[in-house]
Amino acid sequence: MSLNIVVLAKQVPDTRNVGKDAMKEDGTINRAALPAIFNPEDLNALEQALRLKDANPGSKVTILTMGLPRAAEVIREAIFRGADDGIVLTDRVLGGADTLATSYSLAQAVKKIENYDIILGGRQAIDGDTAQVGPQIAEKLGIPQVTYAEEILDLKDGYVIVRRRLESGVETVKCPLPCVVTVNGSAAECRPRNAKRLIKYKRAVSTSEKAKLSEEQQAYVNAREYLNIPEWGAAFVEADPEQIGMAGSPTKVKAIENVVFTAKESLRLENNDEQLENLIKELIANHTIG
Amino acid sequence: MSDNNNLIVYCEFEDGRVADVSLELLTKGRQLATRLGVKLEAIVVGDKLDGIENQLFPYGADVVYKVEDARLYPYTSNPHAAVLINLFKEIHPQVCLMGATCIGRDLGPRVSSCLHSGLTADCTSLEIGDHTDPKTGKEYKDLLYQIRPAFGGNIVATIVNPDCRPQMATVREGVMRKEIFDANHKGEVINLDAKKYVADTDYVVEIIDRHIEKSKINIKNSPIIVAGGYGVGSKENFQLLHDLAATLGGEVGASRAAVDAGFTEHDRQIGQTGVTVRPKLYIACGISGQIQHIAGMQDSSIIISINNDPNAPINTIADYVITGNVEDVVPKLIKYYKKNSK
Repeated sequence: MSLNIVVLAKQVPDTRNVGKDAMKEDGTINRAALPAIFNPEDLNALEQALRLKDANPGSKVTILTMGLPRAAEVIREAIFRGADDGIVLTDRVLGGADTLATSYSLAQAVKKIENYDIILGGRQAIDGDTAQVGPQIAEKLGIPQVTYAEEILDLKDGYVIVRRRLESGVETVKCPLPCVVTVNGSAAECRPRNAKRLIKYKRAVSTSEKAKLSEEQQAYVNAREYLNIPEWGAAFVEADPEQIGMAGSPTKVKAIENVVFTAKESLRLENNDEQLENLIKELIANHTIG
Repeated sequence: MSDNNNLIVYCEFEDGRVADVSLELLTKGRQLATRLGVKLEAIVVGDKLDGIENQLFPYGADVVYKVEDARLYPYTSNPHAAVLINLFKEIHPQVCLMGATCIGRDLGPRVSSCLHSGLTADCTSLEIGDHTDPKTGKEYKDLLYQIRPAFGGNIVATIVNPDCRPQMATVREGVMRKEIFDANHKGEVINLDAKKYVADTDYVVEIIDRHIEKSKINIKNSPIIVAGGYGVGSKENFQLLHDLAATLGGEVGASRAAVDAGFTEHDRQIGQTGVTVRPKLYIACGISGQIQHIAGMQDSSIIISINNDPNAPINTIADYVITGNVEDVVPKLIKYYKKNSK
C-alpha cells in the first residue's frame, strides 16, 4: 500500500549549546550566536516516516515546515536523507504566533496537501519544549493523535500500531488512520544523508532563495522541477487572518526576564588530599552525610 | 451545571492513588482560588473511582467531579478531552491546571485547541496579577501569570491569556510543593454521566498492551544527589558517580547534556525539562551549569561543584568549589568518606 506521509519539522536555534555570547549585554538573545538546526526529535520522526516508506513502496514523504524562508535548509536536509519533497509555510503575517496559532496555520497547510494517511512530527521543539503543536494539529484536523511514540510497529488495514514511551513505562496502541504521531528522542536515530540524493538535490531552492540566484542559475533550477521547493503563504492555505500570527494567539508574553541567579559565597578548594578529607569530615560532622 | 468561573485541576491517578503532581497542583490551586475568591474544583476521569474524593478534599478541593466508565481507564486522548471540553462549555472555569506529564501534555493541547484557550506548558511559577494590554490600554484584573522558562532556559517569560478562558497551564511534578490544606476539609462530589460527555466514536484508540512500572530511580526524594554533566566525559566515568552515590546513600542525577550524550538514562535528568530536586547535598560533577539545569537544583541545601573549569557558571551558586577532574576527585571523596565514617 502506498502512503502519503507528511512530516512536520522545525528549524530551531540550538538552545542546547548556549554559550556565554548567547545573551547580549542588554539581556536579549543574540540569535546570530546560535546556529539554526533541524529540531532533533523531528529527525526521529523523519526516520519513522522513511521506514514506513521503505516498508510500503510507492509511498511519498513530504516535509512541511513553518518559519522564515531560510527554513528551506530543513527541507533540503530531509530530502538528502530520503524525503521526497517539502513545503515551506512562510509569511510575515504568520509571525509572532503562539502554539495554537501555529497549529492552526500548519493544519491549514496540511489540508492543502490532501489525502494524507499519517502525519509525523517530533514530540517537541527544543526552543519552546511545549509539545503542544502535534496534538493541536490533530484536534484542528479532527483526527486522533498518538504522542510519545518510540516506534511504529505496524501499519495496515487502516490502522497504525505504535509503541509509546511514557514516564512510567511503555504502552502499545492501535490508532485508526489518518492520525498524528509525535515521536520521542528515544526513537531510532535518523539515517544519514544519502550521497546520491545529496548530489541530485544540493541545488534545490525555495522560491525566495531562487529569486536571489543569477539568471543562469535560475534557468537551471526552472528546468528541473524537483529542485523547486515551494513556499506557501497564509492566503494560499486559506488561513483566517483572525486565527494566525499574534492576533490569533490567545497567549501573550507579558514580560521576559533574563535569568540571573544570586551568587553565593563559595569556598574554593584545591584538589588535594588534605582539603578533600577536611571537606568530608565537615560534611559528616554537620550530618549532611553519614 | 452553571457558569462558575472557578479554578479546576485535572487529577491523574494510577492504581487508585492520585498522582503527586495532581496533589501539588491542588495545593497551588488552593492558594490561587483563595486569592481569586473562587472555589477549587478537581476532576477525576477514569474507572473505579470509589472514595477517590477522600484523597482530594484534604488538599482543599471544594468540588470533585467524577466521570466513571470502564473505557475511560487507562487514559486515551479523545475521550478525556471530550469530557473536559464538554464540561468546560457548561461551567466555564477561569483557570485549568494539569500535570506536565505524558497525560497532561497530551490532553491539554487538545482541549485548548478545541476551546481556543491559551495553554502554557511547564510553568515553574503561577501567580495572580493584573495586566494592561500595551497596545489597546485595556486593563485586566486578576489574570493568571504563567511563568515559564523559554529558549532553553535562558530567559523566563511571564505569559497571560487576557481574553480566552480557561487560562490553562501545565506544571511538572516536583515544581510545586504538596501540602495538606486541612485534613478535615470536606467538599461536594458531583458524579457526571460519562455517556453525556463522551460519544462512543471518541473511543478510537485502543490500548493493546501496557507495562507501567514505577521508576526504580527516585531522585526527587533522595537527600543526596551526585549529578553528572557532559564534563563527566563518558558512560564509563558515570560509574564513578554511581560508586560515590552508593557510598553516601544517594542517587545519581544528570544534566540534559549528559542525557543527550547518552551517558545515562533520561529518568535521571534534572532541570527544567527533567525533575526539580531539593536535596540536602548536591554534588555537581562536570556540570557547567546551564540555566535550565540550575533552575532544577538551586534550592539544594549544600552544593558542591567539581569542575576543571574554575569559571564554570555553576560555581557561582555552589557552596564548595573543587577545581579538578571528576575522575580524580570522586575516588578521593569515596576514599575519605570510607575512612572517616564509622
